[in-house]
Amino acid sequence: MKSCQPRFLSKLTGRTKFLFFTLVLYGIMALFNPAVTLDALSYFGVMFSKVLPVLGLVFIVLFCTNLFLNPERIRKHLGTDSGLRGWFYAIIGGIIISGPPYVLYPMLGELRRHGARNALLATILYNRNVKIHFIPAMIYYFGIRYTVVLSLYILLFSILNGKLLELLVDE
Amino acid sequence: MKQAFLQTINLFKSMLPMLVGVLLLVSLMHQLFKNQYQHWFTGNYFLDPFIGALAGSISFGIPITSYVAGGELLHAGISLLAVTAFIMTWTTVGLVMIPLEAASLGRRFAVVRNLLNFVFALLVAMATVYTVVILS
Repeated sequence: MKSCQPRFLSKLTGRTKFLFFTLVLYGIMALFNPAVTLDALSYFGVMFSKVLPVLGLVFIVLFCTNLFLNPERIRKHLGTDSGLRGWFYAIIGGIIISGPPYVLYPMLGELRRHGARNALLATILYNRNVKIHFIPAMIYYFGIRYTVVLSLYILLFSILNGKLLELLVDE
Repeated sequence: MKQAFLQTINLFKSMLPMLVGVLLLVSLMHQLFKNQYQHWFTGNYFLDPFIGALAGSISFGIPITSYVAGGELLHAGISLLAVTAFIMTWTTVGLVMIPLEAASLGRRFAVVRNLLNFVFALLVAMATVYTVVILS
């Protein structure tokens, strides 16, 4: 069946198409609300300038992962046979790793490509919610009892989350 | 070493359009929804946690921003249950991020993880609030 999309679109990859449609959305938004569109663009500029140094760091980490970590080593620490040690690494890793998710996804994708378990990757992402350096702020807004209880539940549910995700994704 | 470098460069080249697209989308959503959260809640004790979880799912930012927004919502009289659901989905669910997550970790992984985290946000909120009530 012949595709009804323009020829130039069919040449683009799915990821570039996504960027193209986002730009189209901005174009449409600019017609109806130019002020919001300009604010969004300047917010994007600020965010992107903050992301650039982090991307540099991510590049180095990915390069080192590709250079030094072989699939065997990753499978040993985060693979299906990693056992309790794998869960421990995932929980601690999730708490320690800071940075926005859009820079974490490529790194976790590489770890998975090298043999890391889906359950442990999901656990790492869930534990991003417990951030040691933000705990004082949480205590300020919600109290120490609430902060401790919520943090403990996040740790507990991160394991449940990982197990369930693995069950549903790997079936 | 050259192979590892080229592998990383290729990964970056393929991720960059998606990353820029997601950041543009996040910026637009942020401008459209900032300072709007308060008006979304109904005062209904059972419906508000769901609305809180939805609001957190379409928002994005560092966790501390969700604490500040959550603190404001508490001051405005929104229930702790709804606010907890909101701050939970803020970091664990990212509707706008799904295309990027799917590109790195697979579509099934991204969809299942976000759905699970949405449900878990409501469960964690309930468990936390009731435990705090019991403890106090």
